[in-house]
Amino acid sequence: MTLADWIAEPVNWAFLAMAFPMVLAALRVVTSRNVVHAALFLVLALAASAGLFLLLSAEFVAWVLVLVYIGAVVVLFLFGIMITRAPIGKETNLSHKKIWPAAVASLAVFGVTFWLIYELGEQVGGFSDTLPAVGQATPTEILGEGFINIYLIPFEAVGFLLLAALIGGITLARKDLSPAEEREGAGL
Amino acid sequence: MVLTQFLVLGALMFSIGVFGLLSRRNAVTILLSVELMLAAVNINLVAFEAFWNTAAAHGQIFAIFVITIAAAEVGIGLAIILLVFRNRASGNIDELDLMRW
Amino acid sequence: MVNVSLPLVLAATDGAELSSGGFFAATAWIMLLLPFVAFLAIILVGKRLKGLGAELAIGAMGINLVWASVLLVQNMLEGIYREVGLTIAEIGTLGITDQNLSFELGFVVDGLSIMMYWVVAFVGFLVFLYAHGYMKGDVRVPWFFASLSLFAGSMLVLVGAPNLIQLIIGWEGVGLASYLLIGHYWEHKPNSDAAVKAFMTNKVADVGLILGTILIGPSLGSFRFSALNQAAANHSESLEGVAVVGGLLLFFGAMGKSAQFPLHVWLPDAMAGPTPVSALMHAATMVTAGIYLMARTFPLYQEMATDARAIMLPIAVITLFVLGFLALVADDLKRVLAFSTVSQLGYMMAAVAAGGYTAGLFHLFTHAFFKALLFLGAGSVIHAVHSNNMSDMGGLRKSMPVTFWTFVVGAVSLAGVIPLAGFWSKDEILATLGHEGYTLFMWVAILGAFVTAFYMTRAVSLTFLGTYKGTGHPHESPPVMTGPLVALAIPSVVAGLFNIPGVTWGPIGNFTEWVGHRVVPMGDYHPKSIEWDLAAYGLIAAGAGILLGWRLFAPDAATQTARDRLRIPVLYPLLHKGYYIDDLYMKGVVNPIKGPVARAVDWVNAYVIDTVINGVGALTARIGELVYGRFDQQGIDLVLNATAGGTGWAGGRLRLLQSGKVRQYAAGFVVGALLLVIALVIVI
Repeated sequence: MTLADWIAEPVNWAFLAMAFPMVLAALRVVTSRNVVHAALFLVLALAASAGLFLLLSAEFVAWVLVLVYIGAVVVLFLFGIMITRAPIGKETNLSHKKIWPAAVASLAVFGVTFWLIYELGEQVGGFSDTLPAVGQATPTEILGEGFINIYLIPFEAVGFLLLAALIGGITLARKDLSPAEEREGAGL
Repeated sequence: MVLTQFLVLGALMFSIGVFGLLSRRNAVTILLSVELMLAAVNINLVAFEAFWNTAAAHGQIFAIFVITIAAAEVGIGLAIILLVFRNRASGNIDELDLMRW
Repeated sequence: MVNVSLPLVLAATDGAELSSGGFFAATAWIMLLLPFVAFLAIILVGKRLKGLGAELAIGAMGINLVWASVLLVQNMLEGIYREVGLTIAEIGTLGITDQNLSFELGFVVDGLSIMMYWVVAFVGFLVFLYAHGYMKGDVRVPWFFASLSLFAGSMLVLVGAPNLIQLIIGWEGVGLASYLLIGHYWEHKPNSDAAVKAFMTNKVADVGLILGTILIGPSLGSFRFSALNQAAANHSESLEGVAVVGGLLLFFGAMGKSAQFPLHVWLPDAMAGPTPVSALMHAATMVTAGIYLMARTFPLYQEMATDARAIMLPIAVITLFVLGFLALVADDLKRVLAFSTVSQLGYMMAAVAAGGYTAGLFHLFTHAFFKALLFLGAGSVIHAVHSNNMSDMGGLRKSMPVTFWTFVVGAVSLAGVIPLAGFWSKDEILATLGHEGYTLFMWVAILGAFVTAFYMTRAVSLTFLGTYKGTGHPHESPPVMTGPLVALAIPSVVAGLFNIPGVTWGPIGNFTEWVGHRVVPMGDYHPKSIEWDLAAYGLIAAGAGILLGWRLFAPDAATQTARDRLRIPVLYPLLHKGYYIDDLYMKGVVNPIKGPVARAVDWVNAYVIDTVINGVGALTARIGELVYGRFDQQGIDLVLNATAGGTGWAGGRLRLLQSGKVRQYAAGFVVGALLLVIALVIVI
């Protein structure tokens, strides 16, 4: 498929319309000098990726992303920002002074990954063919069956992980009481 | 749509995440960068799912696993940050050098 | 899928025509839903309202009262039968029955349910109104009214249930709401204990109800009462094997809710809740559920499970007679009334068990009024003197005239004095027992009437007569509280007239006809004329009770202090401890499970495990001494020292890597991962 063919497909315009804001938002997440703005740009990036999932007919994943990430995780972030009294507003020492090592490393990562994609495309083939599944939404039923058939044990493991995270989060974040306070039952 | 465009986009997002991870000092922003990297992984997973078009939608299931684990990670990460902040009144990870020799 | 089954009239009473009712019967489901709507609304917005949600609860109950009253009048003029079921889920055949079982929700409008709807709505409305005054300034008022709505709503769901499954839903809802309400002042430990006790005792009984349902439903092929009653009337083969056992299981469930001996223990403790709750619970919504269940499945007991009566009737008679005595020694006014409720429930159960469907329900009907009246009166007193104990009361006749007179009306009605409501309904129960050949039980019931009059006289005397023994200046309650008292006093006087044997009031008939509108024949007994000899015995018993009560408990002429002088050596402690039934449960059931098991574990721990551990310990110590002498001191130390030195030196070099800079670690991680990827790609 040539670039001209690619551009001629309207669905790719939609892709570009989401990918560009996504990359820009991602850049702002890592460069913004305001923590709250960074978190909000993350929302934008994630919303765009949810849109891409819709394009890829992964509707359930898209909505899970919206609900869990945009709905819960980002809110958690904002809470975290506020509770830690991280400066809301511009701040200078959010990033290191010298960013070139980070730039070099990330460019290296991009380069290697790009090369990896090329190599893999050569070996597997078909990377430039139109994706077959697009257009028919994956039924949630299939996902549900996958969870409780093939991936039952990972599913349980993730459930356990969430429990562990819950308990861990509480244990970490609760106030340590002095023995006197504990006797009075304060903070429970 | 072809697979490559998603993979390249994923690579780009991941690199941006790596950049944020290495260049940021504030712990919350570092977590945000990690989230970007996880989002990039999810794009790859779903795109590969669309590419292989398996009957059981393995890629999407993995994407959901990633989302779940990311949520747990954020919870724990923020709890740790909260704790650090309570003890040191700073969200700057450069000052976390207690484990140093 | 709605199925409106037309009444399957095998024999309506006296050949009366049954209609399917009009608009109000068709929309009776509104009554079942409204309290739940109120419940949710109070939870959501109750706090922000002026009356803290009370107006929502009262409003919902008021609409229900209108609905129920219209239905009541309609049912007086012409019999109504309507059964509507909405299939929620198909259960299937379960491999037991050839019919498909299904889970249905719906409502029944017939004489029995209309009577219950109206009692619940009427008493509920007055109690809610009263509670609005009683709970003013109390804690958690919105939650209280939400729970009250839940309580009444669950009871309506129970009463309206066309099948056993919905009945269980309402049944458990009532249990839950009573738990919440009894434990309303949960900050005080005994109150939450009482709530738990009520809930657990009811749960024990609920097992019977659920097992009975599981047994009867699949055998019959349907959970519907109409199917059950019809099958029982036809002596259907499908019920042949299960009727007695299933009937007894259902009765066991009813024993819990209706506080029959020996499952009555929760009811006196349930006085821990606010007084309006007690009134509602004792009159309309909770304890009547068991009687209602017995009445609803009456043909089963009448036609097929007749053997079950041999168990049911003695339990009911024990309840009515033996437990009535407990009211004689209780100091807590509400406990006196609670034991009296237990005893009256025994009367109702005895009537239903003996085949007196109408008599039992009529006593339920009249009892609802005077017991609600007595409880609300007691609440008014408690509100004024801030104590539940009669030893803190006395002499309230002057300061609280409305409460006093209405309380006396309730007490006299309960004692069974002609022509008040309690006389007629109790007389019918006596007549039923006598007519069905249970002469001994009839005499016990007459003695029970004596006890009833006895303890009510004591309660009135100690509370209202003589001189005041508490502190402060009690004064009459506000009109919002005395109003319901007066409103309940009227039916407490006149309700009995609706079912004078043999008397029909023109077009509206009488109570027997109202609740007798039913779809299957019930060979229950209702007296056709007043049996004066029985009435006389009952009256003599009541009069003797009042006289003896007056002799014993009337205020001393000289000192004007009301005396509580039933201090018979053996009897008093026995009664005071409630026949030691609670102790029996603790010592006989709870502790044996706790004690011996704990002791056995302790013994095993002390002797078996400790011996083993000590032996192992001694052996290890011996081996350790040998090893230490031979190996350690000579060979190993040298090697260890060398290792430690080497590790220390290497650590000194390596620690330079641990810069403590997270950023360097991250960078190292990224670079490492990249190298790994490159290596992998090249190798593969």
